[in-house]
Amino acid sequence: MPVSNFVNPADLVRFLPEIILTVMGTLLMVLDPVLHKRSSYAFGHLSLLGLAAALVASVYAFRDPGPAFGGMLMVDGFATFFRVLVIGVGILTILPSYRFLARHDAETSEYHALLLYSIAGQCLMVSANELIMIFLGLEISSIASYILAGYLRDDKRANESALKYFLLGSFATGFFLYGVAFIYGSTGTVNLTSVHAALTGPNAPSPVFVGVAAALMFVGLAFKVSAAPFQVWAPDVYQGAPTPVTAFLSAGPKAAAFAIFLRIFMTSFQPIANGWEPLVWGSALLSMTIGNFAALLQSNVKRLLAYSSIAHAGYVLVALTARSDVGTAAAMFYLAAYAFMNVGAFAVVSHLSGRGERYQNVDDFAGLGQKQPLTAAMLTIFLLSLIGVPLTGGFFGKFYIFKAALESHLVWLTVLGLLNSAVAAYYYLRLLVMMYMHEPSEAATNAEPLSFGLSAALILPALGTLVLGIFPSWVLEFAGRSSNLVK
Amino acid sequence: MPSSITEVYFPVLVQGVIAIVLAAALIVLSYVLGKRVKNKIKDTPYESGITPTGDARSRFSVKFYLVAMLFILFDIEAIFLYPWAVVYRELKMFGFIEMLVFVVLILSGFFYIWRKGALDWSYSDRARGKR
Repeated sequence: MPVSNFVNPADLVRFLPEIILTVMGTLLMVLDPVLHKRSSYAFGHLSLLGLAAALVASVYAFRDPGPAFGGMLMVDGFATFFRVLVIGVGILTILPSYRFLARHDAETSEYHALLLYSIAGQCLMVSANELIMIFLGLEISSIASYILAGYLRDDKRANESALKYFLLGSFATGFFLYGVAFIYGSTGTVNLTSVHAALTGPNAPSPVFVGVAAALMFVGLAFKVSAAPFQVWAPDVYQGAPTPVTAFLSAGPKAAAFAIFLRIFMTSFQPIANGWEPLVWGSALLSMTIGNFAALLQSNVKRLLAYSSIAHAGYVLVALTARSDVGTAAAMFYLAAYAFMNVGAFAVVSHLSGRGERYQNVDDFAGLGQKQPLTAAMLTIFLLSLIGVPLTGGFFGKFYIFKAALESHLVWLTVLGLLNSAVAAYYYLRLLVMMYMHEPSEAATNAEPLSFGLSAALILPALGTLVLGIFPSWVLEFAGRSSNLVK
Repeated sequence: MPSSITEVYFPVLVQGVIAIVLAAALIVLSYVLGKRVKNKIKDTPYESGITPTGDARSRFSVKFYLVAMLFILFDIEAIFLYPWAVVYRELKMFGFIEMLVFVVLILSGFFYIWRKGALDWSYSDRARGKR
């Protein structure tokens, strides 16, 4: 391969969000041991600034879409959509973190640096067009997330959470990498477009090896999106991790993993779609069923939301099973709506849980509507959206997914999915009833007033949820235009 | 010249069989013919003639692992420098700038662990404070 002696400036512009996030993360990392002052909010402000700059850079990079670095990156509408999404999740994670970190005497810049690194990894993942780049992004994102899960290192459950996440996560990444090795072995390329060409070309490799590769990569990715039967880690990790981190884990890395799931399976593996469709079909059904039925039995809100996030991964897999551009667009829309409502719901948990995260039970939400009407109202919006009630983003998310599934003649999966959403309504409603129809609990009485950061962390996602529910076409149109991935 | 796959690999098979037979024979023969003395001194681990002092399964300070991990990081950095040095002339300014970025990132990590006290062996956990 000829070596180019200069980097194309256009490539750098397309890579700008990752550059900004890395530089800002490194700056924050070296600031910590220099500034011995702990109490200031400066670290949070700096990382918000970095994320805002990266957000602008993502949008700016989209003014001139195209491949970068010899086809290793592909900055298209799809990549931009997910970049904005994961950076947005980052901003919504930092807002409730101010109070949370102060409450636990844990205001270090490492927290923010790791968060920025993780988001940089996710930005790389969603814009990568090559399996090795995807793997690199996945690892950058995952390793930072493992550390974040155990960030409160004096907390035993946080340690358990980080260790479980690390061991199982690296195991799953191993599966993914093994699949990549099979693809390289049988097609001689790791570029997604070239893999697609090799599979459709005259000298198509043995379907056995490609099938094994797709299955192995499916295992790795299903773990990352916490889809059944690779979901067992999620409740333990989500429960033990600091709540703002849980909010982040359940939205950012998940959306990015779904982005590469869609990109790999809808471009490279699109020629063998008949082979992988039953796998995804089964996983979608299992995730929805296991997630929703296990959530019925939970008394801990973080575990409840963890099981609900498994179920929601199932809904998105239904969109992937449809294997059409309409399905891809529906999945993109759903992930945006899901990010808003889930991060918002976790922000409420983080607000209410108190020092040492004592109050995490469903009972602790009793009487919140009486003591803190605004917090309760916001949580109501998120829960209604998670159920899928009209006028919220969750409703249109489910609507588009099942519409795409019906268009692809997946009648049974649609019926079972809809039955599942009916089951799910029960445990979300239980939380609502607890908030409005019970006497105030100790937690609701002792809850501190909403800080500025927390109000923003509740109102912004609530607005997002409502906007997606009332004007869904704004986002759906963009998703529809960018869902036609380059093959 | 041997032609078929069987012919090419036949010597390998012969060698494998000989290796297994020889190894098995040695173990069986020493078991059958050897003298066996059982006593406490014979069961102690061989430490090149020095009397064993204690159990090897004691707890090590986590600092050993920390230093080992940091060593691997900088070791790998050095490995990356070798191929770069080989093609330095062809890469010209591009290679220089890319390597500069890499080294600056590594150095900022080095600065971080240095200021955090990870390289200071006598720096106790108590002095570092809770976090």
